[in-house]
Amino acid sequence: MNSTEQATERQSAIRRLLDHDITYSFFRSKVTVIAGIVTLIYFIATLFAPIIAPYDPFDLSTVDLLDSQIPPAWMANGDPRFVLGTDDQGRDLFSAILYGSRVSISVGFVSVAFAATLGIFLGLVSGYFGGRIDAVIMRIAEVQLTFPAILIALLIDGVARGVFGELDREQYAFWILAFAIGLSFWVQYARTVRASTLVEKNKEYVQAARVIGIPSLVIMVRHVLPNVLGPVLVIATINLALAIVLEATLSFLGVGVPATQPSLGTLIRIGNNFLFSGEWWIAIFPGLVLAVLVLAVNLLGDWLRDALNPKLR
Amino acid sequence: MSVLDIKNLEVTFPHRRGDFVASKEVNLSVEPGEILGIVGESGAGKSTIGNAVIGLLEAPGHVSAGEIFLDGNRIDNLDGKMMRRLRGRRIGMIFQDPLTSLDPLQTIEFQLVETIQYHLSLSADEAHKRAVDLLDQVGIPDPEIRVGQYPHQFSGGMRQRVVIALALCAEPEVVIADEPTTALDVSIQAQILELMKSLCRDRQVAMILITHDMGVIANMADHVAVMYHGRVVEHGVTEQVLGSPEHPYTKSLIGAVPRPNIKVNRFPVVNYIEKAGVPTKNIDIATHWLGEAIRHDKLDGPLLSLKDIGIRFQTRSSIFPSRRLWLDAAKNVSFDIEQGETFGLVGESGSGKSTIARLITGLHDPAAGTIYFAGENLTALTKKADILALRRQMQMIFQDPFSSLNARMRVKDIVAEPIRFHGLTDNKTETRQVVADLLDHVGLGAKAGEKYPHEFSGGQRQRISIARALATRPRFLICDEPTSALDVSIQAQILNLLKDLQDELGLTMLFISHDLAVMRQMCNRIGVMRQGVLCEVADTETLFKTPEHTYTQQLLSLMPNMDLLARDIDSTDRHPLENLPN
Repeated sequence: MNSTEQATERQSAIRRLLDHDITYSFFRSKVTVIAGIVTLIYFIATLFAPIIAPYDPFDLSTVDLLDSQIPPAWMANGDPRFVLGTDDQGRDLFSAILYGSRVSISVGFVSVAFAATLGIFLGLVSGYFGGRIDAVIMRIAEVQLTFPAILIALLIDGVARGVFGELDREQYAFWILAFAIGLSFWVQYARTVRASTLVEKNKEYVQAARVIGIPSLVIMVRHVLPNVLGPVLVIATINLALAIVLEATLSFLGVGVPATQPSLGTLIRIGNNFLFSGEWWIAIFPGLVLAVLVLAVNLLGDWLRDALNPKLR
Repeated sequence: MSVLDIKNLEVTFPHRRGDFVASKEVNLSVEPGEILGIVGESGAGKSTIGNAVIGLLEAPGHVSAGEIFLDGNRIDNLDGKMMRRLRGRRIGMIFQDPLTSLDPLQTIEFQLVETIQYHLSLSADEAHKRAVDLLDQVGIPDPEIRVGQYPHQFSGGMRQRVVIALALCAEPEVVIADEPTTALDVSIQAQILELMKSLCRDRQVAMILITHDMGVIANMADHVAVMYHGRVVEHGVTEQVLGSPEHPYTKSLIGAVPRPNIKVNRFPVVNYIEKAGVPTKNIDIATHWLGEAIRHDKLDGPLLSLKDIGIRFQTRSSIFPSRRLWLDAAKNVSFDIEQGETFGLVGESGSGKSTIARLITGLHDPAAGTIYFAGENLTALTKKADILALRRQMQMIFQDPFSSLNARMRVKDIVAEPIRFHGLTDNKTETRQVVADLLDHVGLGAKAGEKYPHEFSGGQRQRISIARALATRPRFLICDEPTSALDVSIQAQILNLLKDLQDELGLTMLFISHDLAVMRQMCNRIGVMRQGVLCEVADTETLFKTPEHTYTQQLLSLMPNMDLLARDIDSTDRHPLENLPN
């Protein structure tokens, strides 16, 4: 294939995408479009946080304790340098929120990726092979379902503290947190994928592949997997919002990321101490940012669920 | 005075890419006691008419022009409340699938009494009595007892009888039957049709019978309307329309119907709905990659031989062996398939014919007996390489063209997969060339490979399936109901293609179907299966002329009578798609 052919194929692929029913349903719903734009703004803002943020909240040399607890710029005593005010250590709240969202969204993505990978794999194996393997995996999943996700995350975090010790923990905190959150979400993926796999494996295209002689593992990856990913995408989107909230909850409880790397949850926890002493902005702004982010991602997830479900179309 | 009049009906489904007109300029009328057949292939708009009459068009579809009159009163513009009073009371409906048209959580009595009391002011006792009466009339034995049972306690045919009772329970003037017997076996189909006919005559009910099946029309309808692309192309007395069709579409449709009583070598040209794919280039099989399949070692015996094959499935599991229940899906089945012949397996649903196909291809393992393929004992092979080598030589074409292709793969990858997996070509360029040749040879054109399966129609997908099956260069092809999901004209095309391929490549085929008329056209020998047992094996002509087993005789007697249909369809009468009304 020469390069012009490739170019035309790419063009037609873009045209197909723009013409697709899913694209159509996206642009038909105003709420979805707004949610999409908001999410996009979040991603850009967090990705370019070092460029956009006026201060680096991790750089102690720019932080001055004299600037602490300054209210937002538009209030009396406000300082135009700090648009959303400062926290108790004199950090610019706007910058802290940008960097905090960065941590929150990263934890969300990493944990969802981890949960989805684990869940899809176990669900596929469980659904395709059935029998004893299926029974074992699904019983484990059911046992895990009886514990609340936050309990599991706390448990894993506690174990990690014991293993790594407090000092090392700071270093690994991000990954431990993502792992803990991911591990508490895999069951949902496994159950969904298993159910779809049970349907797909009895379809004739899988039997056709078996008649050709293709081994089970290849059939699972090449034929079954692409056909069960639709619902997974929906769960992943909604889980992203859940994971961000769970991270915030854990950080709020003080078992999340260390205070030197504040996430939105950490900021809210710090602000919580000052909520009733008049410095409301330290808690409210990170809280608002978190709420809007979660709402936007959830709305996107709802749209995706409706768009991918042919019965609702 | 006709009871139902449809005048100039047009039904439109708005869509973001422009409105879709499902039916247009439809003029029909039915008299009391008359059966009007509406026949056509999928997408012709026949169900749309039925749904428009009873006011059940799925949103956003709506009647965009024309009028419908019931007994002289216009009904197409009634609001929801008025329409509900009409529905079931004056117009009854019989749906296709008896397994889903009854509420599984309610007894038959509840469902009948509910409908009766909604429409007729009867006391509970009277309604109950009426329900029992109705069940008796539709031929359900012990109606007093059975009325209290749940739908799952009835067989498919019995359920369809209940559905008919439901449709009739308020003495409607018009009954619309939308493919009422398509989901049923042939023996039950005959009974249900007979029942519907006599009820219609006795009660002077006007019936609209919507079906794709020419045999059903021939045996049931007084008048028939042939639909094509939303329009009625021919309308008249059944004998007239079927016996001497005038419109070219009717001709090609009737020409495509396989007859149980005549054997044709090839079906007449039927390129009406879909352009019959013709290969664009002639492949010299003798030198082509595909032709290497022919050069297998000559065998003395049969290519495939089954000896006392048995398999059973557990229907109730229990830790105690004595409490387990088993279903014999195949029991002591033995037959041989000679090289180059087409062997047919016929039987009703659940007779075990598909199980046999799955046993041969190794999707199931037999519990008893042995399978010999090309002289090798398949059941005794343990080495993976040996099994693969033999598997490659047998391929299968499945029933459902919509689930037999992986929707996420391009057609060229679907066809290339067996070639790549078995390493049948020397390099990528050759693979690409072979795939293009294969797609072209089954009539799709070499460019079809770039598309995804959902861009093709059912018949075209079945061609992709065939191309994939041929890609391993098999010598033995199993066709498991390859055309039962297809329209009759597409079926004719696919059967023609299969015959051509068999002649060219010298394939041996196992052809599985429930349709005896198709079997007669395709098979050299036929085996008749019933509840896992092979009743009779005979040459096709012998079987049709002098069936020995009583079950075979029964099956043959149940075949719809096709004598009404015109015999000599001019096969030279080609009608290119371009000249047709749209």
